[in-house]
Amino acid sequence: MLNIPVIRWGKPYESLEVDEVLHFSTGEPIAKVSQANGGIIARDMRQAKKARQILRDIPCTEIIELLKKAADLYENESLPIGDGSQSPDQFAHQQSASTGLPEHMCRQNMAKNSFVLRNMQKILDCLTRGLDLNILTRGYGIEHRGVVVSYQAQTSVLSAVLPSNSPGVHTLWLPAIPLQMGLVLKPGPQEPWTPYRMMAAFTEAGIPKEVFALYPGGPEAGAAVLAASERAMIFGGTATVEQYRGNPRVQAHGPGFAKILLADDVVDDWEKYLDLMVESITINSGRGCINCSGVWASRHTKEIARAIADKIGPIEVKPPTDPQAGLAAFTVPGMGKAVWLMIEADLKEDGVTDMTEQFGPRLVEQERCSYLRPMVVHCDSPEREIANKEYMFPFSTVVECPEDQLVAKIGPTLVCTGITNNEKLIGDLTAASHIDRLNIGPIPTSKLNWLQPHEGSIIDFLFRARAYQVTQEAQAAL
Amino acid sequence: MSTAESSAASLEAREKEAQASLDAHTHEIVQWHFHESTGSPFWLQKRSELSFDPLTEVKCYHDMKKFPPFEDDWLRGGPMSRWVPKGFEGKPVYVFETGGTTGIPKSRMVIEDHWTDYELFSDTLPDQYFPRGANWLMLGPSGPRRLRLAVEHLAQFRGGINFCVDLDPRWVVKLIKKGWMEHLEAYKKHCIDQALTILTAGHDIKCLFATPKLLEGLCNALEEQGKSFPDTGITGIFSGGTEFTPQWTRFCIEEYFGGPPDVSGIYMTPTYGNTLMGLACSKPVTAADDYKITYYAPQPRAVIEVVGFDDDQQAVGYGETGRVKLTTLTKEFFVPGFLERDEGERERPFETYPWDGVSGVRPFHGFAAQTTVGVY
Repeated sequence: MLNIPVIRWGKPYESLEVDEVLHFSTGEPIAKVSQANGGIIARDMRQAKKARQILRDIPCTEIIELLKKAADLYENESLPIGDGSQSPDQFAHQQSASTGLPEHMCRQNMAKNSFVLRNMQKILDCLTRGLDLNILTRGYGIEHRGVVVSYQAQTSVLSAVLPSNSPGVHTLWLPAIPLQMGLVLKPGPQEPWTPYRMMAAFTEAGIPKEVFALYPGGPEAGAAVLAASERAMIFGGTATVEQYRGNPRVQAHGPGFAKILLADDVVDDWEKYLDLMVESITINSGRGCINCSGVWASRHTKEIARAIADKIGPIEVKPPTDPQAGLAAFTVPGMGKAVWLMIEADLKEDGVTDMTEQFGPRLVEQERCSYLRPMVVHCDSPEREIANKEYMFPFSTVVECPEDQLVAKIGPTLVCTGITNNEKLIGDLTAASHIDRLNIGPIPTSKLNWLQPHEGSIIDFLFRARAYQVTQEAQAAL
Repeated sequence: MSTAESSAASLEAREKEAQASLDAHTHEIVQWHFHESTGSPFWLQKRSELSFDPLTEVKCYHDMKKFPPFEDDWLRGGPMSRWVPKGFEGKPVYVFETGGTTGIPKSRMVIEDHWTDYELFSDTLPDQYFPRGANWLMLGPSGPRRLRLAVEHLAQFRGGINFCVDLDPRWVVKLIKKGWMEHLEAYKKHCIDQALTILTAGHDIKCLFATPKLLEGLCNALEEQGKSFPDTGITGIFSGGTEFTPQWTRFCIEEYFGGPPDVSGIYMTPTYGNTLMGLACSKPVTAADDYKITYYAPQPRAVIEVVGFDDDQQAVGYGETGRVKLTTLTKEFFVPGFLERDEGERERPFETYPWDGVSGVRPFHGFAAQTTVGVY
């Protein structure tokens, strides 16, 4: 069994408080993870400035090259973790064992993280709109248009309070290091794996270990990270997002409520988009905030719901090692049942139909975990309670809604795929401020283009554009 | 007889002695609380509802099992006079409250118990680090809670003067529940700022009570000023609560104080208790023992038992985990078998405290999700 320490600016620290990470189905201990107390974090964070100082001594371009090496190491090599080492296969196995995600999905997420690392140059080029990265290092410089610009770093480190349930979120903090910001991560209790492996890959590639702090721990540790950070990401539910709304120091990532809209001009051909809908709902076992949780159209909704149900309703629970496994387990005791009870209550409302009912019970309870098999629920109106719900398994509503009410009724939407050629609707969707990522055309909600910002640009989060005036002589010398 | 055998025999004798003392004390206290001439209206009323007569059927501590579980809801609301034993009629009464963020708090009447409890606790404090005559700072909950007056008495009992700050834990709980973390930080800073002011005002403070969160906040604030905790001149600290964990202790000793007492000159001792019970003291906490914290109640005035989660009449085995059950046996206040909101491991008696103790105290797992811990 692995012993995983707290990492305090690169130095391992073994806490007297240890959390055991257990295999979700066998209950077998996989790792003992040291737990950081809040005081350690508050104290360490006073040294955060050093992380940026260290990284600013390495040109961004050089870091980007090191990240390509890190991508290969992360994806293909055995790397140190705690008092042991971990091969890529062991990583997938361990991550699956503690999070309930099937192993092949863990491997897909590894590939996604590596892709982002390998393509960091392009990604940063797009996110900065072609800015010379030396301007971010120095804080000011002259742009290619011949104008002096200044981007002031608002923090020395990017912190993140990470979830246990969605290994896909890790791509969001990867740009911190090439932007010369240190990383302070509070891993999810069941998912210490990615932060530790990523740090190992970074340091083996040549990034100084002193720029990393990893603080596994309970809620106290998360609160301490947030309290001590100038810029932090947190992942949670709607309540978390509400709590931090308007707080410039915290970027809160919550449920996505991603949707596919089939407009009147295409909905008669809905069958053409069936695979796209199924993929958007089921990929990554429906766990991501970018998974579709609602298909909206003005007609054919029952037929659409039935067709999706025919495809995903029969999906069975399979062992996590099965390459065909499509469902992740709920590893927190009682969680699967609690979710099912919430859904069951909503199903009682008139106008709501469980289209997957015929495919057998959805709740599958096992000795140490539970599963929910995919669900499609038809709503005859956006007013139904369940119309805008999102759950951590392949779950989607199909909602009947007149086209002229679509934009107004869909509510906050992280990813909206609008399938239409209707210019007016495209214009309305483009203008809708409650939609974050907008796909116009048949693009799965789950297919992210990494060259686009996600829930706000990380550059705008970490840097502040401001006026910076110098004399003409000084400008000429830049 | 070998040294080990001799030591075991001596401990066994002390355990028997302690048990005899507890049995006698239990009998005396039950007689006091249930006798018409001395008992409180509350317990005299309860006597008529019990299926046994405490005056004749409680002869030793084991007989306390006959009492039904003490319900903390009995402590909510008035009149407070129902708790005052007739034997103390006319004496000035304090009321100390616990809880009460929403709804009616639990109240306990006290006459002199808090003085006695803290005088007994005083005997456990090493003079080297808590010098007699030294001044104190009380950085913890004030208002209707016991601590403010109790710590003040402790300071005075030891010949010193106590300085304190205002801290309303109910407001802190509300801030946490509302998720107003910035307000929480601001309030904490407000309290720490007051403490820093007192510490720099020439009061020659050498002893401190602080809750773990506030002690941490104080140390942090000092370091942010480029100072360290040893710069305050404080050499003795007592703190308490479920947040006083081995890891937290180690962190403070290694990183804030500059090492164990013989190196840093700073000694910190944990305590466990509440308004209902006295103050349980800990076995000395050392690095060699992985900073393990084991509490022992001030028997016979109070008893800590670690009982089964499913059977609160049965103690768990040594080293096993169970719910903390408190019994208070003073002439002022009688609480038979109150199930605390905490759990821990049952610990063996030792020479200093020849009765059961409890280690690893933490919020009871059945409540943990709903308990707002670490409020101040």
